[in-house]
Amino acid sequence: MFKQLTNNQIETVEVILNGQKVQVPQGTTVAAMALTQGLRFTRTTPVSNSKRAPFCMMGVCYDCLMSIDGKANQRACATYVQNGMKIETQQGVGSALGDGSGE
Amino acid sequence: MNNHYQLLIIGGGPAGLAAATVATSHGISCALLDEQPAPGGQIYRSIESAPEQRAKKLGSEYQHGQDLVAEFRKCDADYFPRTQVWSLNAQLEVGILHDDKSKIISADQILVASGAMERPVPFPGWTLPGVMQAGAGQILFKSAGVIPSDGVVLAGSGPLLLLLAWQYINCGVDIKAILDVTPFSNYLLSLPKLPRALLAHHYLTKGLVYQKDLTLAGVSTKFGVSNIKAEGDDLLQSVRYRHFGREHTIETDLLLTHFGVIPHIWLTQAAGCEHQWDSSQQCWRPQHDQWGNTSIEGIIVAGDGAGINGARSAEHAGRLAGLQALFALGILTPAERDKQSVNVRKWMQDERHIRPFLESYFAIPQTILATDDNDTIVCRCEEITAGQIREAVKNGHHSSNDVKFMTRCGMGPCQGRQCANAVAHIVADAGGQAVSLTSHYRGRPPVTPLTLEQLATLSKEDA
Repeated sequence: MFKQLTNNQIETVEVILNGQKVQVPQGTTVAAMALTQGLRFTRTTPVSNSKRAPFCMMGVCYDCLMSIDGKANQRACATYVQNGMKIETQQGVGSALGDGSGE
Repeated sequence: MNNHYQLLIIGGGPAGLAAATVATSHGISCALLDEQPAPGGQIYRSIESAPEQRAKKLGSEYQHGQDLVAEFRKCDADYFPRTQVWSLNAQLEVGILHDDKSKIISADQILVASGAMERPVPFPGWTLPGVMQAGAGQILFKSAGVIPSDGVVLAGSGPLLLLLAWQYINCGVDIKAILDVTPFSNYLLSLPKLPRALLAHHYLTKGLVYQKDLTLAGVSTKFGVSNIKAEGDDLLQSVRYRHFGREHTIETDLLLTHFGVIPHIWLTQAAGCEHQWDSSQQCWRPQHDQWGNTSIEGIIVAGDGAGINGARSAEHAGRLAGLQALFALGILTPAERDKQSVNVRKWMQDERHIRPFLESYFAIPQTILATDDNDTIVCRCEEITAGQIREAVKNGHHSSNDVKFMTRCGMGPCQGRQCANAVAHIVADAGGQAVSLTSHYRGRPPVTPLTLEQLATLSKEDA
Protein backbone atom coordinates (compact mmCIF):
# COMPACT_ATOMS: atom_id res chain seq x y z
CA MET A 1 0.00 0.00 0.00
CA PHE A 2 2.85 2.36 0.92
CA LYS A 3 6.58 2.44 0.34
CA GLN A 4 9.40 4.51 1.76
CA LEU A 5 11.59 6.49 -0.62
CA THR A 6 15.18 5.41 -0.11
CA ASN A 7 17.29 7.71 1.99
CA ASN A 8 20.77 6.34 2.55
CA GLN A 9 21.80 9.07 4.97
CA ILE A 10 19.44 7.93 7.70
CA GLU A 11 20.41 5.27 10.23
CA THR A 12 18.03 2.44 10.88
CA VAL A 13 16.76 0.90 14.08
CA GLU A 14 15.40 -2.60 14.65
CA VAL A 15 11.88 -3.05 15.95
CA ILE A 16 9.76 -6.16 16.45
CA LEU A 17 6.43 -5.93 14.65
CA ASN A 18 4.05 -8.75 15.59
CA GLY A 19 7.03 -10.97 16.37
CA GLN A 20 8.99 -10.16 13.20
CA LYS A 21 12.24 -8.19 13.29
CA VAL A 22 12.09 -5.14 11.02
CA GLN A 23 14.74 -2.57 10.07
CA VAL A 24 13.25 0.94 10.00
CA PRO A 25 14.79 4.36 9.31
CA GLN A 26 15.17 6.41 12.46
CA GLY A 27 12.62 9.18 12.91
CA THR A 28 9.78 7.10 11.47
CA THR A 29 6.50 6.84 13.37
CA VAL A 30 5.21 3.41 14.30
CA ALA A 31 2.18 4.03 12.06
CA ALA A 32 4.35 4.87 9.03
CA MET A 33 6.45 1.79 9.73
CA ALA A 34 3.36 -0.45 9.99
CA LEU A 35 1.95 0.90 6.72
CA THR A 36 5.20 0.45 4.81
CA GLN A 37 5.54 -3.08 6.22
CA GLY A 38 2.26 -3.91 4.53
CA LEU A 39 0.22 -4.26 7.71
CA ARG A 40 -3.30 -3.75 6.38
CA PHE A 41 -4.82 -3.13 9.83
CA THR A 42 -3.33 -2.11 13.14
CA ARG A 43 -6.17 -2.84 15.56
CA THR A 44 -9.65 -4.27 15.89
CA THR A 45 -12.39 -2.22 17.51
CA PRO A 46 -13.75 -3.00 20.99
CA VAL A 47 -17.34 -2.46 19.78
CA SER A 48 -17.68 -4.68 16.70
CA ASN A 49 -14.25 -6.26 16.31
CA SER A 50 -13.86 -4.46 12.95
CA LYS A 51 -10.44 -3.90 11.48
CA ARG A 52 -8.99 -0.39 11.55
CA ALA A 53 -5.82 1.27 10.34
CA PRO A 54 -4.23 4.72 10.74
CA PHE A 55 -6.61 7.39 9.41
CA CYS A 56 -5.50 10.96 10.24
CA MET A 57 -1.77 10.48 11.00
CA MET A 58 -1.81 13.62 13.15
CA GLY A 59 -2.96 12.30 16.50
CA VAL A 60 -6.62 13.32 16.49
CA CYS A 61 -8.58 10.23 15.37
CA TYR A 62 -7.23 7.57 17.77
CA ASP A 63 -7.81 4.91 15.14
CA CYS A 64 -4.15 3.82 15.03
CA LEU A 65 -4.03 2.57 18.62
CA MET A 66 -1.53 -0.25 18.98
CA SER A 67 0.15 -2.15 21.75
CA ILE A 68 3.69 -0.82 22.13
CA ASP A 69 6.19 -2.39 24.54
CA GLY A 70 3.34 -4.10 26.31
CA LYS A 71 1.24 -0.97 26.73
CA ALA A 72 -2.10 -0.93 24.95
CA ASN A 73 -3.80 2.12 23.38
CA GLN A 74 -0.68 3.90 22.14
CA ARG A 75 -1.17 6.19 19.16
CA ALA A 76 1.07 4.65 16.51
CA CYS A 77 1.12 7.90 14.52
CA ALA A 78 2.46 9.85 17.51
CA THR A 79 5.03 7.28 18.63
CA TYR A 80 8.48 7.14 17.05
CA VAL A 81 10.35 3.89 16.50
CA GLN A 82 13.15 3.01 18.91
CA ASN A 83 15.65 0.20 18.89
CA GLY A 84 14.12 -2.97 20.29
CA MET A 85 10.60 -1.58 20.41
CA LYS A 86 7.97 -4.31 20.49
CA ILE A 87 4.86 -3.40 18.49
CA GLU A 88 1.70 -5.45 18.21
CA THR A 89 -1.65 -5.19 16.49
CA GLN A 90 -4.15 -4.37 19.22
CA GLN A 91 -7.23 -6.55 19.72
CA GLY A 92 -10.24 -4.63 21.04
CA VAL A 93 -9.56 -2.62 24.19
CA GLY A 94 -6.18 -4.29 24.58
CA SER A 95 -4.84 -5.74 27.77
CA ALA A 96 -4.61 -3.18 30.59
CA LEU A 97 -1.56 -4.89 32.01
CA GLY A 98 0.03 -5.65 28.65
CA ASP A 99 1.79 -8.99 28.28
CA GLY A 100 4.17 -8.25 31.11
CA SER A 101 7.08 -7.50 28.79
CA GLY A 102 6.82 -3.76 29.47
CA GLU A 103 7.98 -4.24 33.04
CA MET B 1 10.44 23.74 32.71
CA ASN B 2 9.25 26.56 34.97
CA ASN B 3 5.95 26.55 36.80
CA HIS B 4 5.05 29.94 35.39
CA TYR B 5 5.75 31.89 32.22
CA GLN B 6 4.75 35.35 31.09
CA LEU B 7 3.67 33.88 27.78
CA LEU B 8 2.81 30.28 27.07
CA ILE B 9 2.33 29.27 23.44
CA ILE B 10 0.52 26.05 22.59
CA GLY B 11 1.40 24.76 19.14
CA GLY B 12 4.57 24.80 17.04
CA GLY B 13 3.08 25.59 13.66
CA PRO B 14 3.49 28.88 11.78
CA ALA B 15 1.36 30.96 14.19
CA GLY B 16 3.04 29.69 17.35
CA LEU B 17 6.57 29.92 15.93
CA ALA B 18 6.11 33.48 14.64
CA ALA B 19 4.53 34.59 17.93
CA ALA B 20 7.42 33.16 19.94
CA THR B 21 9.98 34.88 17.74
CA VAL B 22 8.29 38.28 18.09
CA ALA B 23 7.52 38.02 21.80
CA THR B 24 10.96 36.85 22.93
CA SER B 25 12.67 39.70 21.08
CA HIS B 26 11.45 41.81 24.01
CA GLY B 27 13.02 39.59 26.66
CA ILE B 28 9.93 38.04 28.24
CA SER B 29 9.81 34.51 29.67
CA CYS B 30 8.08 32.44 27.04
CA ALA B 31 7.58 28.73 26.52
CA LEU B 32 6.32 26.95 23.44
CA LEU B 33 4.67 23.55 23.89
CA ASP B 34 4.22 21.24 20.94
CA GLU B 35 3.24 17.65 20.45
CA GLN B 36 5.60 17.02 17.55
CA PRO B 37 9.30 16.23 18.00
CA ALA B 38 10.36 19.20 15.84
CA PRO B 39 8.96 22.66 15.05
CA GLY B 40 6.86 23.39 11.96
CA GLY B 41 3.38 22.08 12.75
CA GLN B 42 1.65 19.78 10.30
CA ILE B 43 2.10 22.20 7.41
CA TYR B 44 5.90 22.29 7.74
CA ARG B 45 6.22 18.86 9.33
CA SER B 46 9.84 17.60 9.46
CA ILE B 47 11.00 20.69 7.59
CA GLU B 48 14.41 20.59 9.33
CA SER B 49 15.08 16.93 8.67
CA ALA B 50 13.43 16.33 5.29
CA PRO B 51 16.13 15.55 2.69
CA GLU B 52 16.50 18.23 0.01
CA GLN B 53 15.05 15.99 -2.69
CA ARG B 54 11.91 15.38 -0.69
CA ALA B 55 11.47 19.07 0.19
CA LYS B 56 11.77 19.93 -3.50
CA LYS B 57 9.07 17.47 -4.47
CA LEU B 58 6.78 18.89 -1.81
CA GLY B 59 7.08 22.32 -3.41
CA SER B 60 8.00 25.91 -2.60
CA GLU B 61 5.16 26.50 -0.13
CA TYR B 62 6.58 23.73 2.06
CA GLN B 63 10.14 25.00 1.76
CA HIS B 64 9.00 28.42 2.98
CA GLY B 65 8.85 26.88 6.45
CA GLN B 66 12.65 26.59 6.60
CA ASP B 67 13.21 30.31 7.33
CA LEU B 68 10.37 30.47 9.82
CA VAL B 69 11.72 27.53 11.81
CA ALA B 70 15.32 28.77 11.59
CA GLU B 71 14.27 32.12 13.07
CA PHE B 72 12.41 30.37 15.85
CA ARG B 73 15.46 28.25 16.66
CA LYS B 74 17.45 31.45 17.19
CA CYS B 75 14.93 32.95 19.63
CA ASP B 76 14.98 32.63 23.41
CA ALA B 77 11.72 30.75 23.93
CA ASP B 78 11.86 27.61 26.09
CA TYR B 79 10.87 24.98 23.59
CA PHE B 80 9.19 21.77 24.75
CA PRO B 81 8.57 19.33 21.90
CA ARG B 82 6.83 15.97 22.44
CA THR B 83 4.52 17.70 24.92
CA GLN B 84 0.80 17.07 25.00
CA VAL B 85 -1.56 19.70 26.39
CA TRP B 86 -4.60 18.09 28.02
CA SER B 87 -6.18 21.01 29.82
CA LEU B 88 -6.62 24.77 29.66
CA ASN B 89 -8.81 26.84 31.95
CA ALA B 90 -9.93 30.43 32.47
CA GLN B 91 -7.46 30.78 35.38
CA LEU B 92 -4.75 30.48 32.72
CA GLU B 93 -3.50 27.12 33.93
CA VAL B 94 -2.38 24.48 31.47
CA GLY B 95 -2.20 20.74 32.09
CA ILE B 96 0.57 19.06 30.16
CA LEU B 97 2.11 15.65 29.64
CA HIS B 98 5.85 15.59 29.02
CA ASP B 99 8.09 12.50 29.31
CA ASP B 100 5.01 10.58 30.48
CA LYS B 101 4.66 12.95 33.47
CA SER B 102 1.80 15.36 34.08
CA LYS B 103 2.32 18.90 35.24
CA ILE B 104 0.27 22.07 35.63
CA ILE B 105 1.90 25.30 34.58
CA SER B 106 0.45 28.80 34.56
CA ALA B 107 1.01 31.92 32.53
CA ASP B 108 0.04 35.59 32.35
CA GLN B 109 -0.91 35.20 28.70
CA ILE B 110 -1.68 32.05 26.75
CA LEU B 111 -1.64 31.80 22.99
CA VAL B 112 -3.54 28.83 21.61
CA ALA B 113 -2.12 28.13 18.16
CA SER B 114 -3.64 24.68 17.81
CA GLY B 115 -3.94 24.70 14.03
CA ALA B 116 -6.33 22.80 11.84
CA MET B 117 -7.40 19.24 11.25
CA GLU B 118 -9.05 17.57 8.29
CA ARG B 119 -12.83 17.95 8.31
CA PRO B 120 -14.00 14.42 9.02
CA VAL B 121 -16.90 13.62 6.69
CA PRO B 122 -18.60 10.25 7.10
CA PHE B 123 -19.47 8.30 3.96
CA PRO B 124 -20.18 4.60 3.42
CA GLY B 125 -17.07 2.57 4.17
CA TRP B 126 -14.91 5.40 5.51
CA THR B 127 -13.82 3.31 8.49
CA LEU B 128 -12.32 0.55 6.31
CA PRO B 129 -8.55 0.11 6.54
CA GLY B 130 -7.17 1.65 3.36
CA VAL B 131 -9.32 4.77 3.61
CA MET B 132 -7.33 7.67 4.99
CA GLN B 133 -7.46 11.44 4.97
CA ALA B 134 -5.42 13.27 2.33
CA GLY B 135 -3.63 15.12 5.11
CA ALA B 136 -2.49 11.75 6.44
CA GLY B 137 -0.99 10.91 3.08
CA GLN B 138 0.79 14.24 3.04
CA ILE B 139 2.11 13.82 6.59
CA LEU B 140 3.50 10.38 5.65
CA PHE B 141 5.27 11.99 2.71
CA LYS B 142 6.64 14.98 4.64
CA SER B 143 7.70 13.16 7.78
CA ALA B 144 8.96 9.85 6.45
CA GLY B 145 9.16 10.01 2.65
CA VAL B 146 6.36 7.43 2.55
CA ILE B 147 4.21 7.38 -0.59
CA PRO B 148 1.60 5.03 -2.08
CA SER B 149 3.21 2.00 -3.71
CA ASP B 150 0.33 0.43 -5.60
CA GLY B 151 -1.67 3.39 -6.77
CA VAL B 152 -4.15 5.60 -5.01
CA VAL B 153 -7.58 7.14 -5.55
CA LEU B 154 -7.99 10.72 -4.33
CA ALA B 155 -11.49 11.94 -3.59
CA GLY B 156 -13.23 14.98 -2.16
CA SER B 157 -12.89 18.70 -2.65
CA GLY B 158 -10.40 21.38 -1.74
CA PRO B 159 -6.96 22.77 -2.59
CA LEU B 160 -5.12 20.11 -0.59
CA LEU B 161 -6.41 17.37 -2.89
CA LEU B 162 -4.87 19.12 -5.88
CA LEU B 163 -1.61 19.87 -4.05
CA LEU B 164 -1.21 16.30 -2.82
CA ALA B 165 -1.90 14.92 -6.31
CA TRP B 166 0.77 17.25 -7.69
CA GLN B 167 3.27 16.23 -4.99
CA TYR B 168 2.55 12.57 -5.74
CA ILE B 169 3.13 12.84 -9.48
CA ASN B 170 6.47 14.51 -8.67
CA CYS B 171 7.60 11.14 -7.40
CA GLY B 172 5.84 8.94 -9.87
CA VAL B 173 2.91 7.76 -7.74
CA ASP B 174 0.21 6.08 -9.83
CA ILE B 175 -2.93 8.17 -9.29
CA LYS B 176 -5.77 5.95 -10.48
CA ALA B 177 -8.26 8.83 -10.40
CA ILE B 178 -9.12 12.10 -8.73
CA LEU B 179 -12.80 12.11 -7.85
CA ASP B 180 -13.77 15.75 -7.38
CA VAL B 181 -17.08 16.12 -5.56
CA THR B 182 -17.21 19.92 -5.90
CA PRO B 183 -20.70 20.60 -7.28
CA PHE B 184 -20.82 22.46 -10.59
CA SER B 185 -23.12 25.03 -8.95
CA ASN B 186 -20.16 26.12 -6.80
CA TYR B 187 -18.36 27.41 -9.90
CA LEU B 188 -21.14 29.93 -10.49
CA LEU B 189 -21.81 30.74 -6.85
CA SER B 190 -18.15 31.57 -6.24
CA LEU B 191 -17.84 33.88 -9.26
CA PRO B 192 -18.72 37.08 -7.35
CA LYS B 193 -15.77 36.32 -5.01
CA LEU B 194 -13.33 35.94 -7.89
CA PRO B 195 -12.38 39.61 -8.40
CA ARG B 196 -11.05 39.91 -4.84
CA ALA B 197 -9.28 36.57 -5.21
CA LEU B 198 -7.41 38.01 -8.21
CA LEU B 199 -5.58 40.23 -5.74
CA ALA B 200 -3.93 37.03 -4.55
CA HIS B 201 -3.53 35.67 -8.05
CA HIS B 202 -0.35 33.74 -7.23
CA TYR B 203 -2.54 31.18 -5.44
CA LEU B 204 -4.84 30.88 -8.44
CA THR B 205 -1.88 30.57 -10.80
CA LYS B 206 -0.43 27.82 -8.65
CA GLY B 207 -3.70 25.91 -8.74
CA LEU B 208 -3.84 26.18 -12.52
CA VAL B 209 -0.23 25.00 -12.84
CA TYR B 210 -0.93 21.98 -10.63
CA GLN B 211 -4.00 21.14 -12.71
CA LYS B 212 -2.02 21.50 -15.95
CA ASP B 213 0.81 19.30 -14.65
CA LEU B 214 -1.69 16.65 -13.62
CA THR B 215 -3.32 16.70 -17.04
CA LEU B 216 0.10 16.44 -18.72
CA ALA B 217 0.92 13.51 -16.45
CA GLY B 218 -2.21 11.79 -17.73
CA VAL B 219 -4.04 11.80 -14.40
CA SER B 220 -7.76 11.33 -14.84
CA THR B 221 -9.80 13.86 -12.89
CA LYS B 222 -13.57 13.32 -12.74
CA PHE B 223 -15.45 16.50 -11.89
CA GLY B 224 -18.93 16.61 -10.43
CA VAL B 225 -18.67 13.20 -8.76
CA SER B 226 -21.16 12.13 -6.09
CA ASN B 227 -22.12 9.14 -3.91
CA ILE B 228 -18.62 8.00 -3.02
CA LYS B 229 -18.53 4.62 -1.30
CA ALA B 230 -15.54 2.71 -0.01
CA GLU B 231 -16.18 -0.99 -0.49
CA GLY B 232 -14.66 -4.18 0.85
CA ASP B 233 -15.46 -6.93 3.35
CA ASP B 234 -13.15 -5.80 6.09
CA LEU B 235 -10.43 -4.02 4.10
CA LEU B 236 -10.79 -1.51 1.26
CA GLN B 237 -11.05 -3.23 -2.10
CA SER B 238 -12.70 -0.68 -4.35
CA VAL B 239 -14.22 2.77 -4.58
CA ARG B 240 -17.65 3.27 -6.08
CA TYR B 241 -18.95 6.62 -7.28
CA ARG B 242 -21.56 8.26 -9.45
CA HIS B 243 -20.57 10.42 -12.40
CA PHE B 244 -23.10 11.98 -14.77
CA GLY B 245 -25.78 9.57 -13.59
CA ARG B 246 -23.70 6.41 -14.00
CA GLU B 247 -22.14 4.23 -11.32
CA HIS B 248 -18.45 3.39 -11.64
CA THR B 249 -16.04 1.27 -9.62
CA ILE B 250 -12.27 1.51 -9.30
CA GLU B 251 -10.29 -1.24 -7.64
CA THR B 252 -7.81 0.13 -5.12
CA ASP B 253 -6.40 -0.66 -1.70
CA LEU B 254 -5.88 3.02 -0.90
CA LEU B 255 -8.34 5.92 -0.93
CA LEU B 256 -7.33 9.33 0.38
CA THR B 257 -10.16 11.78 0.99
CA HIS B 258 -10.27 15.49 1.64
CA PHE B 259 -13.22 17.72 2.50
CA GLY B 260 -11.41 20.86 3.64
CA VAL B 261 -9.96 21.59 7.06
CA ILE B 262 -11.49 22.91 10.30
CA PRO B 263 -9.99 24.60 13.37
CA HIS B 264 -8.87 22.38 16.22
CA ILE B 265 -10.89 23.92 19.06
CA TRP B 266 -10.76 21.32 21.81
CA LEU B 267 -8.65 23.44 24.15
CA THR B 268 -10.52 26.72 23.70
CA GLN B 269 -13.77 24.75 24.11
CA ALA B 270 -12.58 23.17 27.36
CA ALA B 271 -11.41 26.57 28.64
CA GLY B 272 -14.90 27.97 28.06
CA CYS B 273 -14.06 30.49 25.33
CA GLU B 274 -17.09 31.58 23.30
CA HIS B 275 -17.31 29.88 19.91
CA GLN B 276 -19.40 30.64 16.88
CA TRP B 277 -20.54 28.78 13.81
CA ASP B 278 -18.81 30.13 10.71
CA SER B 279 -21.24 29.38 7.90
CA SER B 280 -18.74 30.27 5.18
CA GLN B 281 -16.06 27.95 6.60
CA GLN B 282 -18.68 25.41 7.66
CA CYS B 283 -17.18 24.95 11.12
CA TRP B 284 -17.02 26.30 14.64
CA ARG B 285 -14.26 28.65 15.62
CA PRO B 286 -13.41 30.63 18.75
CA GLN B 287 -14.73 34.19 18.77
CA HIS B 288 -11.87 36.66 18.76
CA ASP B 289 -11.06 40.30 18.06
CA GLN B 290 -8.54 41.63 15.55
CA TRP B 291 -5.66 40.79 17.93
CA GLY B 292 -6.82 37.25 18.59
CA ASN B 293 -8.23 37.99 22.08
CA THR B 294 -10.92 35.45 22.96
CA SER B 295 -13.83 35.96 25.36
CA ILE B 296 -11.51 34.93 28.21
CA GLU B 297 -9.00 37.56 29.23
CA GLY B 298 -5.46 36.29 28.74
CA ILE B 299 -6.32 33.62 26.18
CA ILE B 300 -5.37 34.58 22.64
CA VAL B 301 -5.84 32.54 19.46
CA ALA B 302 -3.94 32.75 16.17
CA GLY B 303 -3.58 30.72 13.02
CA ASP B 304 -5.95 28.13 11.64
CA GLY B 305 -7.11 27.23 15.15
CA ALA B 306 -8.81 30.64 15.19
CA GLY B 307 -10.45 30.18 11.76
CA ILE B 308 -9.09 28.74 8.52
CA ASN B 309 -6.92 31.23 6.63
CA GLY B 310 -3.91 29.21 5.59
CA ALA B 311 -0.29 28.90 6.67
CA ARG B 312 1.02 32.28 5.48
CA SER B 313 -1.82 34.15 7.15
CA ALA B 314 -1.24 32.11 10.31
CA GLU B 315 2.33 33.32 10.46
CA HIS B 316 1.21 36.97 10.37
CA ALA B 317 -1.59 36.34 12.87
CA GLY B 318 1.02 34.79 15.16
CA ARG B 319 3.12 37.95 14.96
CA LEU B 320 0.06 40.07 15.80
CA ALA B 321 -0.74 37.79 18.74
CA GLY B 322 2.85 38.10 19.93
CA LEU B 323 2.57 41.90 19.85
CA GLN B 324 -0.78 41.74 21.65
CA ALA B 325 0.73 39.57 24.38
CA LEU B 326 3.56 42.08 24.81
CA PHE B 327 1.00 44.86 25.13
CA ALA B 328 -1.08 42.89 27.65
CA LEU B 329 2.08 42.22 29.67
CA GLY B 330 2.74 45.96 29.83
CA ILE B 331 5.87 45.79 27.69
CA LEU B 332 4.52 47.62 24.63
CA THR B 333 2.33 50.71 24.76
CA PRO B 334 -0.80 50.60 22.60
CA ALA B 335 0.92 53.00 20.21
CA GLU B 336 4.02 50.78 19.92
CA ARG B 337 1.91 47.68 19.38
CA ASP B 338 -0.18 49.38 16.72
CA LYS B 339 2.84 50.80 14.93
CA GLN B 340 4.64 47.46 14.79
CA SER B 341 1.52 45.73 13.54
CA VAL B 342 0.71 47.96 10.55
CA ASN B 343 2.70 46.05 7.92
CA VAL B 344 2.00 42.65 9.40
CA ARG B 345 -1.72 43.29 9.31
CA LYS B 346 -1.53 44.46 5.72
CA TRP B 347 0.40 41.33 4.68
CA MET B 348 -2.13 39.21 6.51
CA GLN B 349 -5.03 40.86 4.71
CA ASP B 350 -3.22 40.33 1.39
CA GLU B 351 -2.98 36.61 2.12
CA ARG B 352 -6.67 36.48 2.94
CA HIS B 353 -7.97 37.92 -0.35
CA ILE B 354 -8.19 34.40 -1.71
CA ARG B 355 -10.21 32.94 1.18
CA PRO B 356 -13.82 33.98 0.40
CA PHE B 357 -13.40 32.59 -3.11
CA LEU B 358 -11.89 29.32 -1.89
CA GLU B 359 -14.57 28.94 0.79
CA SER B 360 -17.30 29.43 -1.77
CA TYR B 361 -15.70 27.37 -4.56
CA PHE B 362 -14.89 24.43 -2.29
CA ALA B 363 -17.99 24.62 -0.07
CA ILE B 364 -19.00 21.06 0.75
CA PRO B 365 -22.65 20.41 -0.16
CA GLN B 366 -25.07 19.69 2.70
CA THR B 367 -25.93 16.33 1.13
CA ILE B 368 -22.34 15.22 1.79
CA LEU B 369 -21.97 16.87 5.22
CA ALA B 370 -25.20 15.37 6.56
CA THR B 371 -25.19 11.88 5.07
CA ASP B 372 -28.63 10.36 4.53
CA ASP B 373 -27.21 6.84 4.44
CA ASN B 374 -28.44 5.55 7.79
CA ASP B 375 -25.96 2.67 7.89
CA THR B 376 -22.91 4.91 7.69
CA ILE B 377 -20.88 5.04 10.89
CA VAL B 378 -20.52 8.63 12.10
CA CYS B 379 -18.76 8.12 15.44
CA ARG B 380 -15.75 6.01 14.50
CA CYS B 381 -14.93 5.21 18.13
CA GLU B 382 -18.31 4.10 19.47
CA GLU B 383 -19.53 3.01 16.01
CA ILE B 384 -22.73 5.04 16.11
CA THR B 385 -24.49 5.33 12.75
CA ALA B 386 -26.20 8.24 11.08
CA GLY B 387 -29.45 6.31 11.49
CA GLN B 388 -29.04 6.14 15.26
CA ILE B 389 -28.39 9.89 15.37
CA ARG B 390 -31.42 10.64 13.21
CA GLU B 391 -33.50 8.38 15.44
CA ALA B 392 -32.35 10.30 18.54
CA VAL B 393 -33.33 13.58 16.87
CA LYS B 394 -36.71 12.12 15.97
CA ASN B 395 -37.16 11.30 19.64
CA GLY B 396 -36.78 14.95 20.53
CA HIS B 397 -33.04 15.39 21.10
CA HIS B 398 -32.25 18.50 19.12
CA SER B 399 -28.67 19.31 20.11
CA SER B 400 -25.35 17.55 19.59
CA ASN B 401 -24.90 17.24 23.35
CA ASP B 402 -28.30 15.58 23.82
CA VAL B 403 -27.50 13.15 21.03
CA LYS B 404 -24.16 12.46 22.69
CA PHE B 405 -25.82 11.63 26.02
CA MET B 406 -28.40 9.42 24.33
CA THR B 407 -26.16 7.46 21.99
CA ARG B 408 -22.53 7.62 23.28
CA CYS B 409 -21.71 9.32 19.99
CA GLY B 410 -18.53 11.31 20.66
CA MET B 411 -17.63 9.52 23.89
CA GLY B 412 -14.78 7.37 22.60
CA PRO B 413 -11.04 8.01 22.78
CA CYS B 414 -11.05 10.76 20.11
CA GLN B 415 -13.56 12.61 22.31
CA GLY B 416 -15.70 13.69 19.42
CA ARG B 417 -12.99 15.17 17.24
CA GLN B 418 -13.99 12.93 14.33
CA CYS B 419 -17.78 13.22 14.64
CA ALA B 420 -18.62 16.64 16.14
CA ASN B 421 -18.91 18.41 12.81
CA ALA B 422 -20.93 15.63 11.14
CA VAL B 423 -23.24 15.18 14.13
CA ALA B 424 -24.03 18.90 14.07
CA HIS B 425 -24.94 18.72 10.39
CA ILE B 426 -27.06 15.58 10.79
CA VAL B 427 -28.83 16.94 13.88
CA ALA B 428 -29.57 20.16 12.00
CA ASP B 429 -30.77 18.31 8.92
CA ALA B 430 -32.93 15.82 10.82
CA GLY B 431 -34.43 18.47 13.06
CA GLY B 432 -34.92 21.05 10.34
CA GLN B 433 -32.88 23.71 12.11
CA ALA B 434 -29.76 25.76 11.38
CA VAL B 435 -26.40 24.12 12.19
CA SER B 436 -25.46 27.17 14.26
CA LEU B 437 -28.26 26.27 16.69
CA THR B 438 -27.20 22.67 17.29
CA SER B 439 -24.40 23.56 19.75
CA HIS B 440 -20.97 21.96 19.73
CA TYR B 441 -20.04 19.11 22.06
CA ARG B 442 -19.01 20.55 25.38
CA GLY B 443 -15.30 19.91 25.88
CA ARG B 444 -14.06 18.71 29.24
CA PRO B 445 -10.52 18.20 30.46
CA PRO B 446 -8.56 16.10 29.98
CA VAL B 447 -9.07 16.86 26.28
CA THR B 448 -6.81 13.94 25.37
CA PRO B 449 -7.01 10.53 27.06
CA LEU B 450 -4.58 10.16 29.96
CA THR B 451 -3.83 7.02 31.91
CA LEU B 452 -4.30 7.11 35.68
CA GLU B 453 -0.58 6.39 35.90
CA GLN B 454 0.18 9.55 33.91
CA LEU B 455 -2.27 11.63 35.91
CA ALA B 456 -0.90 10.31 39.19
CA THR B 457 2.44 11.92 38.46
CA LEU B 458 0.72 15.28 38.72
CA SER B 459 2.44 17.46 41.24
CA LYS B 460 2.55 21.23 41.25
CA GLU B 461 5.56 21.15 43.55
CA ASP B 462 7.80 19.45 41.00
CA ALA B 463 10.19 22.05 39.70
